[in-house]
Amino acid sequence: MHELSIACDLIECVREEAARRGIEQIVAVHMRLGAFSGVVKEALLFSFDVAAHGTLLEGARLVIEDVPLVVHCRRCRAEHVLAPILDLRCPGCGSATAEVVRGNELELVAVEVPDEDAHR
Amino acid sequence: MKTRIVEVRQGILKKNDALARALRNRFAMTRTYVVSFVSSPGAGKTALLEATLRAAQPRFRVGALVGDLATANDAARLSRSGAPVRQITTGTVCHLEAQMVGSALDAWDPGPLDLLCIENVGNLVCPSGYDLGEDLRVVLFSVTEGEDKPLKYPPIFNTADLALISKIDLAEAAGFDRETAYASLYRIRPGLPVLEVSARTGEGFAAWMTLLEEHVNRKRGEGGGRLN
Repeated sequence: MHELSIACDLIECVREEAARRGIEQIVAVHMRLGAFSGVVKEALLFSFDVAAHGTLLEGARLVIEDVPLVVHCRRCRAEHVLAPILDLRCPGCGSATAEVVRGNELELVAVEVPDEDAHR
Repeated sequence: MKTRIVEVRQGILKKNDALARALRNRFAMTRTYVVSFVSSPGAGKTALLEATLRAAQPRFRVGALVGDLATANDAARLSRSGAPVRQITTGTVCHLEAQMVGSALDAWDPGPLDLLCIENVGNLVCPSGYDLGEDLRVVLFSVTEGEDKPLKYPPIFNTADLALISKIDLAEAAGFDRETAYASLYRIRPGLPVLEVSARTGEGFAAWMTLLEEHVNRKRGEGGGRLN
């Protein structure tokens, strides 16, 4: 259960960016979460709300884009999505592969802010 | 409310990654070879480490950092080996982070080290995403835990550089199915180097020490020392 640590790191990243860009209000945070990152989505959503309490991000939504595990097969010279993750093996030719191309993501992508131009 | 998207793409663990890079530079300067150990609680990390510190000491300058939630029991155990040992008490945090390793090193002077061992908190989930600046990540997996452990915790087995099957002296008593265990490991990490060891009887220990010695010597840039 390290999702709370991850949520705190995420919030810290957002706060730094907000300070740098002079952002004062955040409606939502968008992130990418890899299926192979070892982080549980539900626990992260819960932790985010807890960790955001009393910060600039309080009440903001966390929008998570799931990234599937994708491996590269040298034999087929192709990338394949593995779901569910049971074998790191090419679903095409069956050869073993440890080359993870995607699926480890723990990535802050964007913050969603009120569009002030819309009021002018 | 109308909103707009501000792109701020970055890794959430970028701070840890940056600190781990700094640690790696620091260890490169001192030519210290760093091994981290991860496993579930009770797989035998501390026993293995104690035996490793003992075996390595005649030839190499060795030290250990040991992570635990609450007690300093492991550090006390490891200190019996005579090597300098420092406890990192993580409180409620279930894994070590690069910052904890950095702070521990800043507050500790074991002298120059050829080999630094870092024992992570017993946990097969949380440590996997945190780079500690180590050269080698070793995952331990004891014969009493069930042969399908790698299938249950894929990321940690996939990110390890070496697997040690520990308590191998108990294999028969535990009804350990070697074939199934290796198959599970290779399903998650094809080609992962695997050694079987027992810290208690010394079975398989020479091979583990030889491997470690080769790595330490390579980092020291000489072929002088021998571990056993």
